Amino acid sequence: MNITVIAWRNIWRNKRRTLITTASIFFGVIFAAVMSSMQEGSYSKMIDNVVKFYSGYLQIQQEDYWENKTINNTFVLTDTLLQKIHQSKEITGLSPRLESFALASSDQLTKGAVVIGIDPEQENKITNPEKWIIRGRYIHHGDEGVVMGNELAGYLHLDVGDTLVLLGMGYHGVNAAGKYPVTGIFKYPLPQFNKAFVYMDMPLAQDLYSAPGRVTSLVLMVKDHYHMPPAKKALKSFIRSPYRLMSWDEMQPELVQMIASDRMGGKIMKAILYIIIAFGILGTVIMMFSERKRELGVMVSIGMQKTLLAGILFMETFYIGLLGVATGILATIPITTWFYHHPIHVAGQAAKAFLDMGIEPVYAFSLMPSVFSNQAITVFILILIIAVYPVVKTFRLDVSKALRA
Amino acid sequence: MNIIEIKDLVKIYDSTEIEVTAVNHINLNFEKGEFSAVVGPSGSGKTTFLNLLGGLDRPTAGHIMIDGIDLWSLKPRQITDFRLHNIGFVFQSYNLLPVLTAKENVEFIMHLQGWPKEAREKRAVELLESVGLGDRINSRPGKLSGGQQQRVAVARALASKPKFILADEPTANLDSHSTENLLDIMEKLNREEGITFIFSTHDARVVKKAHRVITLEDGKVLSDEKK
Repeated sequence: MNITVIAWRNIWRNKRRTLITTASIFFGVIFAAVMSSMQEGSYSKMIDNVVKFYSGYLQIQQEDYWENKTINNTFVLTDTLLQKIHQSKEITGLSPRLESFALASSDQLTKGAVVIGIDPEQENKITNPEKWIIRGRYIHHGDEGVVMGNELAGYLHLDVGDTLVLLGMGYHGVNAAGKYPVTGIFKYPLPQFNKAFVYMDMPLAQDLYSAPGRVTSLVLMVKDHYHMPPAKKALKSFIRSPYRLMSWDEMQPELVQMIASDRMGGKIMKAILYIIIAFGILGTVIMMFSERKRELGVMVSIGMQKTLLAGILFMETFYIGLLGVATGILATIPITTWFYHHPIHVAGQAAKAFLDMGIEPVYAFSLMPSVFSNQAITVFILILIIAVYPVVKTFRLDVSKALRA
Repeated sequence: MNIIEIKDLVKIYDSTEIEVTAVNHINLNFEKGEFSAVVGPSGSGKTTFLNLLGGLDRPTAGHIMIDGIDLWSLKPRQITDFRLHNIGFVFQSYNLLPVLTAKENVEFIMHLQGWPKEAREKRAVELLESVGLGDRINSRPGKLSGGQQQRVAVARALASKPKFILADEPTANLDSHSTENLLDIMEKLNREEGITFIFSTHDARVVKKAHRVITLEDGKVLSDEKK
């Protein structure tokens, strides 16, 4: 019979009150954890959209390219550079790109397009364009054809087997023009890709833009975004002028800002929720102390040190918090696991709003341990603050007055 | 041999409106093995006197020497520790811990003293048997009658092997049968084991059993009679 047992039995002296207080923590934890899971899952999805559909986690560019995206700010991809990158353990894949704008035409129609020269095999390992082919086939090394977005193809009334005409400006102002058979049509979940993107084999693009051996970027992948900072640090040791290393968050500052502001909104919501819960717990703790004043006086009078008594009261508060958090997290795990495997697909106008922002219209969920551990830490901090009340009151307890209470 | 020496003890409650002298220059000694009752009308200072003696309330002036130690010269932590090892308490309203069984209530004080588990369990059972509750050791206070609870309280007070037991109106909430029963037990413990008891009471049955009766009035000792 130690103080933990006494504390545990004490909280069940008023079962209904303990259950109500625990329930308030339980539902608070569920709400906060599910909300966090949805936020973090959606952020990861957004980052994945950006990284895995297009930018990669890191890019090596010519140092002026980001500010001035012209075909003139390209660089020659040397074997020395590739060898050094391959030595970096964090890098799981890489793909060179030569990217520029061109006018895409067919018969009477013309539209602006983003023409991207790629290494078909390496690009497939990173952004996997082949997965999104809906008609025809993906391009291979040595192919003379192109694959293009379904909306661009639709606008130009083109289909597999038709000819696409590209007209633009090549390296150092040289005319860039060519006719290319359409080998495949893709449809990404993101409409802006479908409206503008044309992929072709790298040598073909270099020939179009009269930029043999040159690329605009080298896209690099790491395992996940947690591995990006160490990879960036390792690469920075040898990526110097005339190259520049850029990470996804530098290339997408709007997305970073949007995530930060959304995360702050979530934090404010959770803070309000936890403050309400905290006052509920405090109310219970005040009642538990007040109605047992005489009993506490007896414990001290028969020889229990106030530190030990304060320990019992702390344990009681801690147990209530622990019960609420443990049951809350246990209930949250199956909910978030279900939604992790069955994300919520947004439809209608809301979906359009998502797509307009370049985000897949899906509410994804995260199972990151921090989604759950953050709730436990928050409640534990609240418990520590709330437990100050009975602890201070215990040390101020006047035994003779308490015995008359 | 005196185990308690009280010298010029004064307790003044200083409220904002009026100053009340609850204990007024009391000088008394208690010997080991006494069975004493402190009597007097309500407000005579009995409970205050016992609280001062038990180290629960600080005197305004005077000294309480227990086995040569000036109780109120000790620091608060030391006083609590002193109570744990030297003074047993029996309260009017029993004041057992409701979440503990009779045995656990008795054991609790030995647990605070750091007794090994087996030893304290054995002594708790022995003490409960000695107060006639051998068959109720696993009952919680809520399942015991008032008289039974007070007997558990006596067993708890004895558990720490104190130098003396202070009992503040121990029979006030008991019926006559339970009172008789409790008094018999305490008298037997006093007679056979030499346990020192000091009661505050205005119960004539307790006064009848007491070997020494100290009468207080307005915080002063009106009489001190030994039988």
